[in-house]
Amino acid sequence: MRNALLIARREIGSYLGSPVGYVVAAVALLIQGLWFTFLGLTKGALLSAQVLGVFFEGASGTTIILAALLSMRLLAGERENGTMVLLNTAPVRESEVVAGKFLAGLSFLTAVAALTVYMPLLIFVNGKVSIGHILVGYLGIVLLAAASLAVGLFASALASSQVVAVLIAGALLGVLFLVFFVAQATEPPINTFLFGLSIFHVRQRGFMTGVLKLENVVYYVGVAYFFLFATTKTLEARRWR
Amino acid sequence: MIEINELCKFYGDRKAVGPLSCSIADGEIVGLLGLNGAGKTTTLRILACDLLPTSGTVIVDGIDVVERPHEVRARIGYLPDTPPLYPEMTVRGYLLFTAQLRGLSRSQAEKQVPEAMASTQLTEVADDQIASLSHGFKQRVGIAQAIVHRPRLLVLDEPITGLDPVQIVEMRALLLGLKGKHTILLSSHILSEISETCDRILVIKNGEIAASGTEAELTAKLMRGHVEITVREHADRGAAQVMAATLHGVREVEVLPPTEAGEGVTTLRVFFTERDVREELCKALVGAGIGILQIGLRERELESVFLNLAGPAKATSEAADEIEEEEEPA
Repeated sequence: MRNALLIARREIGSYLGSPVGYVVAAVALLIQGLWFTFLGLTKGALLSAQVLGVFFEGASGTTIILAALLSMRLLAGERENGTMVLLNTAPVRESEVVAGKFLAGLSFLTAVAALTVYMPLLIFVNGKVSIGHILVGYLGIVLLAAASLAVGLFASALASSQVVAVLIAGALLGVLFLVFFVAQATEPPINTFLFGLSIFHVRQRGFMTGVLKLENVVYYVGVAYFFLFATTKTLEARRWR
Repeated sequence: MIEINELCKFYGDRKAVGPLSCSIADGEIVGLLGLNGAGKTTTLRILACDLLPTSGTVIVDGIDVVERPHEVRARIGYLPDTPPLYPEMTVRGYLLFTAQLRGLSRSQAEKQVPEAMASTQLTEVADDQIASLSHGFKQRVGIAQAIVHRPRLLVLDEPITGLDPVQIVEMRALLLGLKGKHTILLSSHILSEISETCDRILVIKNGEIAASGTEAELTAKLMRGHVEITVREHADRGAAQVMAATLHGVREVEVLPPTEAGEGVTTLRVFFTERDVREELCKALVGAGIGILQIGLRERELESVFLNLAGPAKATSEAADEIEEEEEPA
C-alpha cells in the first residue's frame, strides 16, 4: 500500500505540475457548465429534480470521456516516455502500480466532480431539491468514474501508445454504453442480461434520479474490480517475460 | 557479485543472447562492449529483472534473478539507455520518489538524496525541473536515481553515449568516483568511451562473449599481428628496404598515408610473421640512420581491435535488437 500511495502521489503531482491537468479539468468544467446552462437552466420550465437530472446526465458523459482520456497516460504514457522501466525494475508489485495509478486517476476525477458542486447548488436559488438526491447523484458519478477509469487503465496496460490506449478504452466503454440499445432490440432473457451490463442508461439512471440501489453499486464496483484485476495480470505478463 | 551461466534469450525463434557465461567480482567495473544488436541491452535488462531469460541462470549477490526477482531489484541500480525521467518533476522530487520506490523510508530518502546529488554534482540544479536540464545533466540524474538507494550492483546501459567530449570526461570521473562503492557493469559500443573507466572489458558478439580482458590485453592481441610506424627516411634507402633486408620476422610492409607532415616522412603498416619483432625493428631502423617518429597503434586502430573481436552482428541479432527497441520505447 505504501508503494501504491507513493505512485499515486507522484501521478497527482504530475497533473498539478504540468498544464495538462489544469487544461483537462478546465475543458471538462466548461463543457459541464454549458450543458447545465443550456439544457438545464434555460431550456424551459423543468422541475428542480429534472434540472438536477440533466446536470448529472452531463456530468456522467463528461466523466466517461475524461476517464478514458486520463487513463491513456497512466500506463501507456509511462511506456511511451520510457519511464515504465523504472517501475518494472523497482521492488514494486504490479498490483501496487495499478492501485497507485487508479487512486491518482480517481482522485483527479473526484476533484473535478467536486468542482461542479456549485451547479446543483444553483438550483436552490429558484427551486428545491433534496441534499440526499445530490449526494446520491455524486456517488453515482464517482462510481461511474471508478468503473470507466478501470476500463481505461486496462486499455492503457494493453497498449504501447497513448493513442491506441484511448482508442481501446473508447471501444470498450462504447460497448458498455451502447449495449443498452442492443438490449432494446432483443428478447428476454438476453435483454435482461444486456440491460444489466449497460454502464449508463440502466445503472446510472437510478443515481441521477436520487435512487440508491445496492445492485447498481455492486455493478460499478464489480466492473472496476474486474478490469483492475485484468490490468494487474496484463502488467505481470508484460513485465516479466 | 554476478554469476551468469549459459544464459540464453530468444525473441520468438530469434536468438538475442547466448549461450553467455561470465562472472564479475565484487567491486569490479566491467565494460560490456559490442556492436548494436550484439545483445548488450538484453543481457543488462535480464540482470535488472526487466526481462525473463529463456534459459540459463543469472545469480546476483547470491540470489537467482528468476526465483527471487524482488530481492534482486532492491540490490540493483539500473540506468537504461534512455534515462527514465519525469520531465515535470524537480531533480530532488524525482530522486526522493525513486529512492522510496526502491524501498527507502521518507527519512532515509531525505538523507540519501543529497548524497546522491553530491556524488553526481547535481546539487546546484536540485530544485530545477528535469525538463530544463541539458542532456549531460539528465544523464547524471539517471545515474543518481540508480545509486540513490546505495545498491550493491550498478547496471548502466550506454551511460556515455550522446554526451559531448567535456561531458564524457566528467562522466568518466563520475564513474571512477563510484568505484569501490558499487560493483558496476556498463555497456557501450565504442571502446574508447569505456576503456579508461573499466577494470575489465567483455566483448560481446552475437550474444556471446567473444573476448575478455583489460584494454591492454585486448590491444596486445592485435599488436602481435601488426604495428604502424612513422619514420623519416633517407633519400638513398627506405625503411621498407631496411626491414626487408634485415628482418625475418616481417611478413609484409604496407605504405599508408603519412600521419604527419614533413620531408621524407612515411607511415608504414608492418605485418609480423609470428612473433612480435618491434624491438628488432626499431634497432634495425635506428642502425640504418632512419628516425622513428612514432610506433604503435593509433586510437582508430584500437577501435579496430574491438571491431575485429566484435565483428559484424548477425542478421538474427539485429532483428532481435529491433524487437528490443520496439519493446523499450526510448
